[in-house]
Amino acid sequence: MSHMTPEQLSENAKQLIVDYLSKIDELKTKDRMKIPAQEMPAQDPEIRSHNLDEVALGYTMEQARIEAMRCLQCVKKNCVDDCPVKIDIPRFIDHIAHGKIDEAVGVIKEASLLPAICGRVCPQETQCQSNCTVGKALKDVDKSIAIGRLERFVADWERATGKIAIPDIKPETGKKVAVVGSGPAGLVVAADCRREGHHVTIFEAFHKLGGVLRYGIPEFRLPNDIIDKEIETLTAMGVEFKTNFVVGRTRKLTDLIDKDGYNAVFVGTGAGLPMFMGIEGENLVGVFAANEYLTRANLMRAFEKGKADTPIYPSKKVAVLGGGNVAMDAARMAKRLGAEKVYVVYRRTEVEMPARREEVLHAKEEGIEFLFLQNAKRVIGNEKGRVKEMECVRYELGEPDASGRRRPVLIPNSEFTLEVDTVIVAIGNGSNPLISQTTPQMNVNKWGNIIVDETQKTSVDRIFAGGDIVLGAATVILAMGEGRRAAASINKMLAEEIEKQKL
Amino acid sequence: MSKILFKKQLSKDVFLMRLHAPLIAEERAAGQFIILQINDDYGERIPLTIADADNKEGSITIIFQVVGKSTLQLSEKNVGDEIPALVGPLGRPTHIEKFGTVVCVGGGIGVAPLHPIAEALKHAGNNVITIIGARNKELIILEDEMKNIADEFIVCTDDGSYGRKSLVTEPLKEICERSPKPDMVIAIGPPIMMKFCSETTRPYGVFTQVSLNTIMVDGTGMCGGCRVNVGKDVKFVCVDGPEFDGHKVDFDNMMARLNSYKELERESHSCYLEQEIKNKEALQ
Repeated sequence: MSHMTPEQLSENAKQLIVDYLSKIDELKTKDRMKIPAQEMPAQDPEIRSHNLDEVALGYTMEQARIEAMRCLQCVKKNCVDDCPVKIDIPRFIDHIAHGKIDEAVGVIKEASLLPAICGRVCPQETQCQSNCTVGKALKDVDKSIAIGRLERFVADWERATGKIAIPDIKPETGKKVAVVGSGPAGLVVAADCRREGHHVTIFEAFHKLGGVLRYGIPEFRLPNDIIDKEIETLTAMGVEFKTNFVVGRTRKLTDLIDKDGYNAVFVGTGAGLPMFMGIEGENLVGVFAANEYLTRANLMRAFEKGKADTPIYPSKKVAVLGGGNVAMDAARMAKRLGAEKVYVVYRRTEVEMPARREEVLHAKEEGIEFLFLQNAKRVIGNEKGRVKEMECVRYELGEPDASGRRRPVLIPNSEFTLEVDTVIVAIGNGSNPLISQTTPQMNVNKWGNIIVDETQKTSVDRIFAGGDIVLGAATVILAMGEGRRAAASINKMLAEEIEKQKL
Repeated sequence: MSKILFKKQLSKDVFLMRLHAPLIAEERAAGQFIILQINDDYGERIPLTIADADNKEGSITIIFQVVGKSTLQLSEKNVGDEIPALVGPLGRPTHIEKFGTVVCVGGGIGVAPLHPIAEALKHAGNNVITIIGARNKELIILEDEMKNIADEFIVCTDDGSYGRKSLVTEPLKEICERSPKPDMVIAIGPPIMMKFCSETTRPYGVFTQVSLNTIMVDGTGMCGGCRVNVGKDVKFVCVDGPEFDGHKVDFDNMMARLNSYKELERESHSCYLEQEIKNKEALQ
């Protein structure tokens, strides 16, 4: 992919828009289909692979309006159906096309609290953009309306104007809600419950807020300023935060209700113990879970060498195992930390990779090498117990299985070695064991994920749960969707109690 | 934020501090640890075992040895200073019951986490034999405290400058040869000492529990940095431990992993020392 500079993209858009603006309300479907899809301006790959600044720079106003004009305003809104939080996508896009960005903000905020985050990290190509009529007609999902980029544009515009509206808060109810974990699910619950007038406290185990948004997703994809801004909004709403507080250990979960007077608790403790391959040599020095590697680099700031006290392994040749967003983040972070060669080793092909499409493209531009249909067999160490190479095996695609997917089949005697000093395992997480360890009466499934009903309620009275602790490793937007549902259930429960008290 | 209420230097490199942490003091049990940071933005997360707690004062006691930049900076803090991040209690508490005769072996700074465990075991009605050891007299800590709760007390130093001139494994072996054998051994100290204590008791079949202090980032079951081979399983010290069956722990792998960042840490420590010297010179 050739890299167009942000200046070129902006200039092109400025020239194009003059023509389209004059006939904005007369554009026919045919005309709209001809409008060129707007590429996302990005930092130059050579430069960005050495810094932590955000890679995607965001549309200019002209680009956003042109992209918005591509939308056909379909009657049957496939995009809305495929959005986990049901944002009225065509309506906000139409506002952008007409330059009414503040109205677009309003439409998005009806459904989503954190658009600056979702616009950046949602896997749009498998959600809202997957069945977009434009993409279908052009037979290329990459040519779908860039809904995520437009969402981000709107959110960034609002932030830049410096007038983020603080949602209205209903009169104080005197009820208290505890939110365990300040990740995406918890932030949504806090906002939704606070709006109803309940007192909300967020408990966070780490010293910084944001959960996976902070420790997991690197700043080159989601800058900390954006998380800080969302938290500022919650603080302005009156949400209370308690960091360095491990619910289950610092305080028992049930004690929050029995001793501290909380009327409801939401558990959003997120991803747990990282999964490993179960292969030989996985505990050698130089093998890391992506969680650890990224937490050191992001949360503990190890990227800022000389400033941060937390060390990070000095790697020259890195193999990342896995094909999801976390694998992409780890690979690209390793590159930024100075690795000369970074491989992503994935057992299937590029099509099956669960990572966001844009991240895969960005990773390729940055020189990450993808080894598809290959997998690690064992990690080999030197005499000091440090990684020196990794033995891999090759696969080929076999017959389609019941689900229609072609399964990778091992090619016998295909072993080969890859010279690496670091292996980063990014094949997913189990559940966090702390809550279930310390709250034995809570029902969990065999993987340790908390079992909830359709209202997100757990087996323990007044305790609700959502996000990765329920879903296993999932996405930010799914966690937010669960948070929203849990908050609605908590609000309903508390409203009923308040009604009863009145009688 | 957690205020330093009391500070005492126990030996050249070993310090004791009492920190204001009422919730942790209330919840903690023997065997658990905390993680602290002395800088909220750039600080390293340091796991330290809780040596004691005072519910009335709402405080916990930590005992630490200066081994690098972060612990050196911690040692330079004084009463009244705040520790910006302190979290805990973490890890599973020690399982305490009446086992019979328990040998509590502490090496160096390991005596600090051993003390509350020995105390709890004594309280549960066990016959407690205590062996504490260090490289030299200067490095022996909590001698009186350990002596007070022990039914039998042995102190040894590597160089013979105090007590018996031997490693802790020598008296441990002698005790294992007694009849009846002890019912259990708890060994806490440097990894190499725990390894050799486990090797000492293995032929006698005496269950030996060790407390591991591995590399850790979050300490709450997320990062996976603390994993150790225990028998055929991979265990996580922060949520499965910190205590494990010493006969099953792969100490060699654990020690190699503990040294992952040794060179980087040495560098950072000496850079910091150089800077300190420069600062002092500048002040003069």
